[in-house]
Amino acid sequence: MMAAKPKLHYPNGRGRMESVRWVLAAAGVEFDEEFLETKEQLQKLQDGNHLLFQQVPMVEIDGMKLVQTRSILHYIAEKHRLFGKDLKERTLIDMYVEGTLDLLELIIMHPFLKPDDQQKEVVNMAQKAIIRYFPVFEKVLRDHGQRFLVGNQLSLADIILLQTILALEEKIPNILSAFPHLQEFTVKISNIPTIKKFLEPGSKKKPPPDDIYVRTVYNIFMP
Amino acid sequence: MAGKPKLHYFNGRGRMESIRWLLAAAGVEFEEELFETREEFEKLIQGGVLMYEQVPVVEVDGMNLIETRAILRYLAAKYNLYGRNLQEQAWIDMYVEGLKDLSDMIMFLPLSLPGEKEMNLEYILERATTRFFPVYEKALRDHGQDFLVGDRLRWADVQLLEVIFMAEECKPSVLAGFPLLQEFKARISYIPTICKFLQPGSQRKPPLDEGSIETVKNIFKFERGMFLKNMGTIVAEY
Repeated sequence: MMAAKPKLHYPNGRGRMESVRWVLAAAGVEFDEEFLETKEQLQKLQDGNHLLFQQVPMVEIDGMKLVQTRSILHYIAEKHRLFGKDLKERTLIDMYVEGTLDLLELIIMHPFLKPDDQQKEVVNMAQKAIIRYFPVFEKVLRDHGQRFLVGNQLSLADIILLQTILALEEKIPNILSAFPHLQEFTVKISNIPTIKKFLEPGSKKKPPPDDIYVRTVYNIFMP
Repeated sequence: MAGKPKLHYFNGRGRMESIRWLLAAAGVEFEEELFETREEFEKLIQGGVLMYEQVPVVEVDGMNLIETRAILRYLAAKYNLYGRNLQEQAWIDMYVEGLKDLSDMIMFLPLSLPGEKEMNLEYILERATTRFFPVYEKALRDHGQDFLVGDRLRWADVQLLEVIFMAEECKPSVLAGFPLLQEFKARISYIPTICKFLQPGSQRKPPLDEGSIETVKNIFKFERGMFLKNMGTIVAEY
């Protein structure tokens, strides 16, 4: 029996679901989406006990309703061999992903900051990226000279890092100027066929958050 | 082979406490190097063992593991406290992530702005009793087993016990509406390794008091309003 496609429940925008879209796309997995647009729709999901902690993201996959972004990402990565070949590789990938997600968190929260704080936060993001996170990954790539961060094959770490780099470049175009290996990394990973397809128009990749998205989110989630 | 795991942190719970709980539950002896000042913390940073210049860090099996979740997952897998298959792992992950949302709120409570602590405490208790604890009560009720996932102790059980204790420190009667969680608490507390950890003299750390709050603030240079900032991230799990 052919498994149904995974189904993603989330507003029609990036937010916390975008990483999941990236990983599914990179793994070559087709998926459906049910976009949340109103508070009533969220209420219906909550009342129907579809959301373990009353929150989205939620992904229906393999008979389960997975919630909590990291749980979803790990499940997909593990299932599609994007999590290394043994515990040590998995842990290395885990450490890289956790750091990258900390950085991505700043991007996710950015549209919801007060307008006065938004510009300051872009500076903060740039500093964190350039001082704390990028040097780590630049060194990893420089030291082993391989295309991928861990184990010479594509993993969750590469995908989430590429997602984060591209999102940062939207706000700070020259953010990789001091990181030649990350520049090369960006090009090489972007050219992987499944990822290349995801980066082309018409894919399920979502555009940067705009006012409409922010308003939709407030309408759905604010009490 | 490698010696005992070595934990580097300040002398308090913070994000390292879950790691102490897990190691203790697994019956693994560990060492701790606890720093008390900003200078000592900076020395650790300069030592180059902190990938992102942050703690916790755990030296184990020739690696310097950082990022709390990554450390916990490694230890859980190594000591057979994780899932036996992908589905069990997914459930454990979900349970643990939910508990982290609640425990983070409790952890940041002492960093509330003056005058807001009461309000924040009320919010925490409301979340605990309406959003989080019902999930675990239902899980235990639905399958009627002694543990959250499958039929033996896993990481999720240890984490749940830890968070129950934290919540009870906020309000002793917080489990009043949750008979199965009360039984769970008693049952898991009596597991020998965990029982030992709960006794005086173990490496379990006490909650922050006025003095240790100041120490923590000085070491990590926390800003005012840390609670609200953290809350913003958690509340916005959308």
